[in-house]
Amino acid sequence: MSNPAFERIQADISDNPVVLFMKGTPMFPQCGFSARVVQILSHMNVKFKGVNVLEDPSLRDGIKQFTNWPTIPQLYVKGEFVGGCDIVTEMFQSGELETLFAEKGVERVAA
Amino acid sequence: MPMEAAEIEGLIMAAFPDAVITIEDLRGDGDHYAATVVSSAFKGKNRVQQHQMVYAALRGRMGGALHALALQTSAPD
Repeated sequence: MSNPAFERIQADISDNPVVLFMKGTPMFPQCGFSARVVQILSHMNVKFKGVNVLEDPSLRDGIKQFTNWPTIPQLYVKGEFVGGCDIVTEMFQSGELETLFAEKGVERVAA
Repeated sequence: MPMEAAEIEGLIMAAFPDAVITIEDLRGDGDHYAATVVSSAFKGKNRVQQHQMVYAALRGRMGGALHALALQTSAPD
């Protein structure tokens, strides 16, 4: 069960308060679902690290096993998996995402 | 390989016999679906757990044969 990608993933989510595992980069998302989550985070002025899984096939498979989640994007906040595109969108619309970021003390950038 | 809506529904139904399932083929291409699943099995589970249960029911097809399935899950009131 040891997977070298797990170490890298664990380091990413431990070292960064908000991490988005995505296809492409925040500037150039390469999938509509990843683009939607980037748009939501940017809209909320949340500082996040984007990890492009397309750069590394072992990471692309690794993150799916790590989270037990079959799709990308995947959003982590303070080391905890929040959800994929559907859940993040639902939480944004209901205001739960705002509450989560506030509760977790997530840093915002000036608009 | 696209999947038929009936196949998706069948797999979900097999795992959650009490489920009320709505499946919509968003583009008519057999590859982009939206599904709503209401089942008492979701009681007491958070959203991530609920979606993981549906993905498990789809037996690895999600992210493979099934590219896009927008999911909404809930327990009946």
